[in-house]
Amino acid sequence: MHYISLAVETIFINNIVLAYFLGMCSFLACSKKVETATGLGLAVVCVLGLTAPFNWAVNHFFLREGALAWTGNEALAALDLSFLGLICFIAVIASTVQLVEMVLDRFFPRLYTSLGIFLPLITVNCSILGGSLFMVERAYTFPETLVYGVSAGSGFALAIISLSAVRKKIRYSNIPAGLQGLGMTMILTGLMSMAFMAFAGIDL
Amino acid sequence: MAAHKRTIIDPLSDNNPITIQVLGICSALAVTVQVQTAFVMACALTVVLTCSNLLISLMRNHIPSRIRMIVEVSVIATLVVIVDQVLRAYFFELSRQLSIFVGLIITNCIVMGRAEAFAIQNRPGASILDGIGNGLGYSFILLLVASFREIIGSGSWYGWNLFPEGYVGSGLALLAPGAFLILGIIIWVQRTVTQNFKDD
Repeated sequence: MHYISLAVETIFINNIVLAYFLGMCSFLACSKKVETATGLGLAVVCVLGLTAPFNWAVNHFFLREGALAWTGNEALAALDLSFLGLICFIAVIASTVQLVEMVLDRFFPRLYTSLGIFLPLITVNCSILGGSLFMVERAYTFPETLVYGVSAGSGFALAIISLSAVRKKIRYSNIPAGLQGLGMTMILTGLMSMAFMAFAGIDL
Repeated sequence: MAAHKRTIIDPLSDNNPITIQVLGICSALAVTVQVQTAFVMACALTVVLTCSNLLISLMRNHIPSRIRMIVEVSVIATLVVIVDQVLRAYFFELSRQLSIFVGLIITNCIVMGRAEAFAIQNRPGASILDGIGNGLGYSFILLLVASFREIIGSGSWYGWNLFPEGYVGSGLALLAPGAFLILGIIIWVQRTVTQNFKDD
């Protein structure tokens, strides 16, 4: 039950895009077509679902204060390497993305071609690194991290697919010149985020 | 000399990283509840951007082009760790308010974008100017958004109360939707004023 409530909270109430503004760049740039938005959304679900647990393990067994106690060496056990967190996380993310890319290329060539350039771009998507950093800051346990990673990715997918559907609808609308493109998209996102705030009352 | 001046002035308005190039939006929205946090974030980003531009420009002839992304990310990550540790040591309260967003400078598209688009093919001097210029352009929009949000939302600016007792702040400006709407309107005004309708 606790995990379901964490998932609902992460997808709807604290949506990673609409409430925390993470991954805005690709959210705005790749939401022109529903197909590309779906591809990017799925890729983010996969990568976030993998990197958050990986980074949890890195943080738990190597970085946090006293994490190296399993080596049995007292000098190592006293170390607090958490300042290396950022560098380690981004390295884990970059290599995971590379790995996912190779696996997809080998076993699911169709999915690989449809995702195209989105996979490498995901390395620099803030929502991925943000997921790992939130996981550390909120001190999630391993199962919680797994649920959090997948549902934060799903939240991103939900938001980008709905935005792309709205943008498709307004393509032929008569919008003032200065507001076309980015300006209108920001305002649409604002309205969507307002709608998502309605979920805030839900308490499981 | 004129070219150098353009490198600094251009990103302030005509080629602003946030409103025209659409880079680095995440942090522009997330840290702008108060002017103070926005100011710290703007300084942090400008420092990281200038230093990373300088370092990458110095190394530009020695980086094999196939692994340049990894080199750029590691340079940026190192600088961000330094800035993060300095903030934690001297401004602990502020760094707690900024929470993960200082760390997210690593994946801020502006830093990576300027390294790729400018520093990798220009001399160190010009790259520093480009870093400062884009940092200022980013800071300008950040402070503008933060001013609107803090004045409308809490009736103060940089912590000073502007209105007499009894002003009730509009909660909307402090929440996520307010940030999106205000930035949308700023983009509208700026594109109309500069007549720059280059669409993405």
